[in-house]
Amino acid sequence: MMPLQSALFQNVTRLADDHLILGHRLSEWCGHAPMLEEDLAMPNIALDLIGQARALYTYAGEVEGKGRDEDQLAYLRLERDYKNLLICERPNGDFAHTMLRQLFFACFMEAYWQEVLTSSDETLRGIAGKAIKETAYHIRHSGEWVIRLGDGTEESTRRTREAFEELTPYLPEFFESDEITKALADENTLPDPASLQQSWLDRITPILSEALLPLPDLAPAQTGGRTGRHTEDMGFLLADLQYLQRTYPGLSW
Amino acid sequence: MVSAAISFDEKATERRAYQVAASVLDPEIPVLTIEDLGILRDVKIDDDGRAVADLTPTYSGCPAVLAIELAVETALRTAGFDPVINRVISPAWTTDWITDEGRKKLTAYGIAPPVKGENSKRSLFGETVVTCPRCQSSETEKVSEFGSTACKALYRCTSCAEPFDYFKCI
Repeated sequence: MMPLQSALFQNVTRLADDHLILGHRLSEWCGHAPMLEEDLAMPNIALDLIGQARALYTYAGEVEGKGRDEDQLAYLRLERDYKNLLICERPNGDFAHTMLRQLFFACFMEAYWQEVLTSSDETLRGIAGKAIKETAYHIRHSGEWVIRLGDGTEESTRRTREAFEELTPYLPEFFESDEITKALADENTLPDPASLQQSWLDRITPILSEALLPLPDLAPAQTGGRTGRHTEDMGFLLADLQYLQRTYPGLSW
Repeated sequence: MVSAAISFDEKATERRAYQVAASVLDPEIPVLTIEDLGILRDVKIDDDGRAVADLTPTYSGCPAVLAIELAVETALRTAGFDPVINRVISPAWTTDWITDEGRKKLTAYGIAPPVKGENSKRSLFGETVVTCPRCQSSETEKVSEFGSTACKALYRCTSCAEPFDYFKCI
């Protein structure tokens, strides 16, 4: 059996990576959104995600006990050390694509945080208590857009369906479990993602149906993020994310 | 009763430290103190004589958190205390902690205060009646769920046409 401390460090880092990488992707929209309100909304959501990532990285560093802080974990690891879900690193595509990806992720995180609210780990309960409130806003925002676009004009419907086709292969990865997640689920520290599929479906089904989208096929498809095997886009993302700290180590302002 | 006198002194010192911390203004909404916002949870003098201020962030990613922590630290130090900032995330901050005084100040500043007890609303198209801070009309519409800061949404009054910020509920 895997030592719990190591499992906890790895799982909290996975979660932090999900939030940092998706937050970074969303921040790329800043200044490019289709309207001013969205130009405020997407960086706002990105801020929430990066704020959640900071709390998670800080805790991961404490659990690891090697003196690494949030910045070292976020900026100074190599690509294979990032364990985020592949869906988080996929390029933004168009606005429909970004909103649908956000909805998929937020519905998963809501189900996840819901379980963490009763975790045996006090710090994680605290992080979940804050994050779940923010996640509810993200679902409402992205859900409204997915409905509006999916059941919108011919063009918006076409684009939303294309985004759906492109993103669904990455969904089964949400529910992957391994010895890390199982060890922590046994201790009621963090949930086993496999157990969250039904609550995710319950949450997302009415939204997808209103958006005239089908239910996604959750047969295993694109995975690898949890073991550090990324898509080609990840390296480019990290080059952007890590540039300043790599070029000017220790830089702060 | 020497010990009673010391404990009385400590209480008085603690109260003074609390008042110093409580007077710090929010950098984004400078009409509100951090006490009005409900983000100052407590100030205690610990065994080493340091003033420990418990602060709770509003949103995980609120960029004002560091600025507020620094301001409280500076205020306490200036007042002669040896400050320690303790970030408390649990229980999670809720807009219900904004004081009645804070709500009045928000309205006067042109920001609609959060509707009390609405933080559990989870419905997808959950409608909340937000009153215009300028003309008090309830004929208002949401322009965007996300406004100029993480904690605000953008609304418009359809009676007086005033656009305004709404302090959203969490």
